[in-house]
Amino acid sequence: MASPTTPVPTAETRASRMVAATADSQEFRRPARTLWRDAWHQFTRHRLAMGGLTVLVLLILMTVVGPYLWPIPYNKLDYAMGLTGPTTTHPFGTDDLGHDLFARALWGGRVSLAVGIVAVSIAISLGTAVGAISGYFGGHLDNVLMRITDIFLSLPQLPLLLLTIYLFRDLLRSTIGPEAGIFVLIVVVIGVLNWMPVARLVRASFLSLKQKEFVEAARSIGDKDGRIIWVHILPNVLSPVLVAATLGVGSAIITESALSFLGLGFPSDVPTWGRMLYDAQNYIEIAPYWAIFPGLLIFAAVLSINYMGDGLRDALDPRKTG
Amino acid sequence: MGKYVLRRLLIAIPTLLVISFVVFAILAVAPGDPLAQFAVNPAIPPEVRANIRRSLGLDQPWPIRYVMWLTSAVQGNLGYSFQSKVPVFDLLMLKLPNTLAVLGVAYVLSVLLALPIGVLSAVKRYSLFDHAATTFAFIGFSVPTFFTGILLILLFSVKLRWLPFIYDSQITVSLGNPESVLAQLRQSIMPIAVLTLFQTATLARFMRSEMLEHLPLDYVRTARAKGITERLVILRHVFRNSLIPVVTLVALGVPTVFAGALITEQIFAIPGIGALLISAINNSDTPVVMGATFIFAVLVVIFNLVADVLYGVLDPRIRYG
Repeated sequence: MASPTTPVPTAETRASRMVAATADSQEFRRPARTLWRDAWHQFTRHRLAMGGLTVLVLLILMTVVGPYLWPIPYNKLDYAMGLTGPTTTHPFGTDDLGHDLFARALWGGRVSLAVGIVAVSIAISLGTAVGAISGYFGGHLDNVLMRITDIFLSLPQLPLLLLTIYLFRDLLRSTIGPEAGIFVLIVVVIGVLNWMPVARLVRASFLSLKQKEFVEAARSIGDKDGRIIWVHILPNVLSPVLVAATLGVGSAIITESALSFLGLGFPSDVPTWGRMLYDAQNYIEIAPYWAIFPGLLIFAAVLSINYMGDGLRDALDPRKTG
Repeated sequence: MGKYVLRRLLIAIPTLLVISFVVFAILAVAPGDPLAQFAVNPAIPPEVRANIRRSLGLDQPWPIRYVMWLTSAVQGNLGYSFQSKVPVFDLLMLKLPNTLAVLGVAYVLSVLLALPIGVLSAVKRYSLFDHAATTFAFIGFSVPTFFTGILLILLFSVKLRWLPFIYDSQITVSLGNPESVLAQLRQSIMPIAVLTLFQTATLARFMRSEMLEHLPLDYVRTARAKGITERLVILRHVFRNSLIPVVTLVALGVPTVFAGALITEQIFAIPGIGALLISAINNSDTPVVMGATFIFAVLVVIFNLVADVLYGVLDPRIRYG
């Protein structure tokens, strides 16, 4: 996958458009075309990506607003109603303690989606910083940073995640609080173990971009390194990073669910989708719906994110802009 | 070539050292005492506890413990399990075959499935088959393995009652006893299917995009211009060239499959190293945790190495400096 080197639509398409525009009439004026508007235009034509976006927006709305609208709180116990299948009052059924699973799915979605987004923000910031510094300054610094990246890439991810979370869970729980503690821990560990691909991507783009004339021009008018990196080069690297970020959210959601599913994620009083699956395992014969709904939600979220990422990749590829 | 392999090997060694050090440091720095179970036991007086600590070498500062661990690990001694008092190495060797059997079959199957799917959907781009394969691929890598596992159990074990729920490692397979072979097959189908689905999706997608990169290139046109059949153009020219990055991906994918094994072993109760690692973590069995994590790290590093070397062997444009 070649990364776009400049954010503008390719010269030839622009030129042909300009010729067409001047030939038509002098008064004819189109709205200014920017990279992002072009990308959005392209994105809206990708049906599956738009479908993904719609589902994702719906899911986010559901989890953000849902818990306030749904009459049953997620932690309300009702032993008499334990393990009943889906009904109108409990559309997702109830668990062994009579918790309403729909309310728990709404609440849990918040945590699952938040983990995905925050963990990826950490990974992207770290990766971009390392990649930018490494690519821009080069030399020994580049060497050292890339060796570190290689080592991180050879770490056995899932075992390490399990290990750190198990070991530091209690410490963070006692210092920041049970929910926030585990949230911070999971998000940081997923972030710290996933920045490497972004760093390589950003470094490669920086290596080619720093040779370009516009960077030379910026340096000739006395711009400092920091400004060149931040204002001149970084915006050009944004689109591949954005695609990587989108797809990263999906895999972070899966990672969090996997951790919770293995019993090493959130505690049972924080019902994330993965945790619900873990709890449902032992009741799979009598209450299959308990596992199916949260599983479907994870699947729906990740699938729509993957489709969106695919659409974004097409939309941000300047070779395809039309 | 030999020089190149040697150099890669020499890079692999410090990588492994660093990884083992990192894991050891995490274990050592973490709060929590591996002897916590003795601390709550009133029958063990403090001085006995101190003696146990000394006998296990736990009274030393951790950098020294790391050096001690490393010197014996190099000699194949990974210490003893706190839980079962069995050498960690033996424990790992006992569990590894179970993991490798399921993983190996799943991986070979997914490669055999993914390559033809990828080639076909690239050659017949935007056809019905391509759309079906693309949808399948997106579903394949969007469904978490633990959910596929649960769905399969629900369908084949709970509803249809065709396949057993839980993996029985006591079955001794012998070719003279067809029943045992059948039982082994029946219990392996679901874990293998789960892993195969995920891996096939990733590989097929990659194979397709590699084929698509190569199809419009000049050498393909030349091959066609020579008058060879389209079939040969695809198989002998495009497929072989597209395979190069795919082969590396196959090697690089092995560690991911091991991570998947952690989860499938948990779902189907397969007694492999993944399940061993999780139970060791839950029991604070530090030597086993260290050993199992280290095995995972060794596998990652080995297959990275294999990927690098294969890439060099297959692509003559890569030079060894």
